[in-house]
Amino acid sequence: MDFSVNSTDYLVLSLLLFSIGIIGVLMRRNAIIIFMCIELMLNSVNLLLVSFSKQYNDANAQLFVFFIMVVAAAEVSVGLAIIVMMYRKVHSVDINILNRLKH
Amino acid sequence: MDIFDILFWFLSVTAIACALGVILSRNPINSVLFLILTFFSVSGHYILMNAQFLAIVNVIVYAGAIMVLFLFVIMLMNLNADVEPQKGHLVQFAGALSGGVLFMVLLAAVKSAAAPVLISKVANEIGLIEKLGHVLFTDYVLPFEISSILFLSAMIGAIVIGKKEKHIISEKQAA
Repeated sequence: MDFSVNSTDYLVLSLLLFSIGIIGVLMRRNAIIIFMCIELMLNSVNLLLVSFSKQYNDANAQLFVFFIMVVAAAEVSVGLAIIVMMYRKVHSVDINILNRLKH
Repeated sequence: MDIFDILFWFLSVTAIACALGVILSRNPINSVLFLILTFFSVSGHYILMNAQFLAIVNVIVYAGAIMVLFLFVIMLMNLNADVEPQKGHLVQFAGALSGGVLFMVLLAAVKSAAAPVLISKVANEIGLIEKLGHVLFTDYVLPFEISSILFLSAMIGAIVIGKKEKHIISEKQAA
């Protein structure tokens, strides 16, 4: 078995992390855990972009990762504010309570 | 098999195990801690690929700021394993199955797309702060400035959403 790392290994690793994130979104009912799984998926895409940047010797992909992190930080602040607001109203973070947004 | 490969496999196994820990642990606090470990191993991958700037930013922004925010929110709500809502076993199985199927489809679609290149043999210096900063402040000045506006609006949005509504306060005062 060949253990030397090539670009396909990074591809498989990112896909695995992304799929684990998807499974987490589908399996859990806690809104915060679902949010964390979304962060996990963003991170797997970042990892893939960095590996492509290394493979093709191109700095643009790393700048893309930087902007993804910026947008993720903004997204987390607003999303957590929404979750806190929801908790204040219904005293739960169960997404099944959110299936009808209008009362 | 040299030190690069050993570190790659170690970091990969850590990342995947911790990612599984995030979705499988019942206690949300444990999930957050596992996610921080995952982010650290992803940062290790960045260092391995000589993307030092992104590795540092990943540790500071993700493991530092974002996860502390998550931890604060979870502690604020006093969540633990006892009050954790659970889906039925059938739904959980269906979710895991569809995630696995998605993984297989993506793998089959993508694996033949590009010829594999030995990553450790590609030498580059583009991940250093100097090079990235040069690109950021020449080609990407406009997105950089727009992202500052995005941050400002996100900050204002979070404050507006998190503010207590007037009638709730007045009800509390009446009671």
